Amino acid sequence: MEVAFLIEKVVLVTVIFAISLGVAAYSTLAERKIAAFLQGRVGPHRAGWHGSLQPLADGGKMFFKEEIIPAESSAFLFILGPSLALLTACIGSAVIPWGQSIEVAGRVIELQVTDINVGILYIFGVVSLGVYGIMIGGWASNNKFSLMGAIRAASQNISYEIAMGLSLIALLMMSGTLSLKDIAAQQHGFWEGGYIWDGGYFTWNFFKQPLGFLLFIICAFAECNRTPFDLPESENELVAGYHTEYSGFKLGAYLFSEYINMFVSSAVMATLYWGGYNYPFMDLASSAFGPTLAAILGVVVLFMKIFFFIFFFMWIRWTIPRFRYDQLLHLGWKVLIPLAIANIVITGIVINIINYL
Amino acid sequence: MNLFYLVAFLSIFFSLLVIFSKNPVHSVLYLIVTFFTFTIHYILLNAQFLAIVNFIVYMGAIMVLFLFVLMLLNLNKDTEPMKSNLIKIAGVVAGLCLLVTLVGSLRAVDTSAPIVLKNPGIGLVKNLGKVLFNEFLLPFEVSSILLFSAMVGAVLLAKKDPK
Repeated sequence: MEVAFLIEKVVLVTVIFAISLGVAAYSTLAERKIAAFLQGRVGPHRAGWHGSLQPLADGGKMFFKEEIIPAESSAFLFILGPSLALLTACIGSAVIPWGQSIEVAGRVIELQVTDINVGILYIFGVVSLGVYGIMIGGWASNNKFSLMGAIRAASQNISYEIAMGLSLIALLMMSGTLSLKDIAAQQHGFWEGGYIWDGGYFTWNFFKQPLGFLLFIICAFAECNRTPFDLPESENELVAGYHTEYSGFKLGAYLFSEYINMFVSSAVMATLYWGGYNYPFMDLASSAFGPTLAAILGVVVLFMKIFFFIFFFMWIRWTIPRFRYDQLLHLGWKVLIPLAIANIVITGIVINIINYL
Repeated sequence: MNLFYLVAFLSIFFSLLVIFSKNPVHSVLYLIVTFFTFTIHYILLNAQFLAIVNFIVYMGAIMVLFLFVLMLLNLNKDTEPMKSNLIKIAGVVAGLCLLVTLVGSLRAVDTSAPIVLKNPGIGLVKNLGKVLFNEFLLPFEVSSILLFSAMVGAVLLAKKDPK
């Protein structure tokens, strides 16, 4: 039993790592293809069919480039920066429920690495650690532009973390649990309880918390340092900011961690607000195909939602220009935080009214 | 138990490195590692909420601000103020006084009987929330007012003088 449990978890972790690295690798290609599409170009199309081998070519290039460590920098911290960025990007996926439990050879397997009862707070902690990779790397580079990038990253992440947490509190007030598994299970199916005049309602949290979702996705963009909030690396004022001095695979680690962060935050958004692995008529599918096949279908649905959010990230990147720094802080402190607090108050009032009725 | 001793050793080791490292940024980084070992202590005590809050608030927010300020100041040998011998001697005397006090008070302490928690799940979020909002509601609200007034004070200090 113990050995089987260990093997199950090791296999699950390996698969999730492989999938997140694979998705991140092909996100780089998708980003260039989508940019090309939005700008009326073709995009990379030489390596393989329509550029399908481009990520491998890019990865090979990153590996074989010369590693440069600036002479006046602190070498240990210089290497620690990108390592930490990649590490914190990868560990966030541990608490995400990828699907309902499936049955393989008479053994029930949970498609979640671990279900800790402070799951959301864990993700929060990982997100707040993510900034250290950028800060340490930027400082260790011993370069003014890198330092500016690092400092921008720090203040931006701290400002938007608060709004992110406050926007989540309204959701937690409704769900009454911090465990991501329970939150996903509460959004079972798509529509609950007959016709709308009989008290039927959408089960997915987005329909109960549209404002909360809007705040959360804005903060997720800021926490991933994606355009329009990519001020830490803004290439035309800070010459790529915190990774100016980086080359070779360490630069690759920074770029890669950004795409893994996008993947994980898309998964979190899909799980918290868009029903996770749930899809309409899932009880019907479960009785028609059996629970295991229905659960696998749920995993496919979750990945479709994740890919949509990744597409959304890229869509925004090539649509909206970068904010100015004072506009960024103004938006974070004077718009998002008051809105999030108002959302909490409204949610509290509505919950009380519903309980009273 | 062995895990406890390992983590405790690491806590002390890294907190000593905080004091002994010459570079202030390195000091802060060691302090972050020290806080991480505290998080492990909380998890060993089954205080999940405290562990994760220590992780988010201390490691994720307060230490980022520390690092932020130190990076902005960019302290190095040139900017270090000259310390006179008088200050150094005063520092040594004060440190020794603290050491004597600590050793003296530790000698007076007896080993107490091991305390067994009646409810091992007391550190979980649900139980903690119930205790905090029922038994300790007044202290909780008072401390929130304290934090709020500190925040208002900080905003007031940061504001430009209206002329």
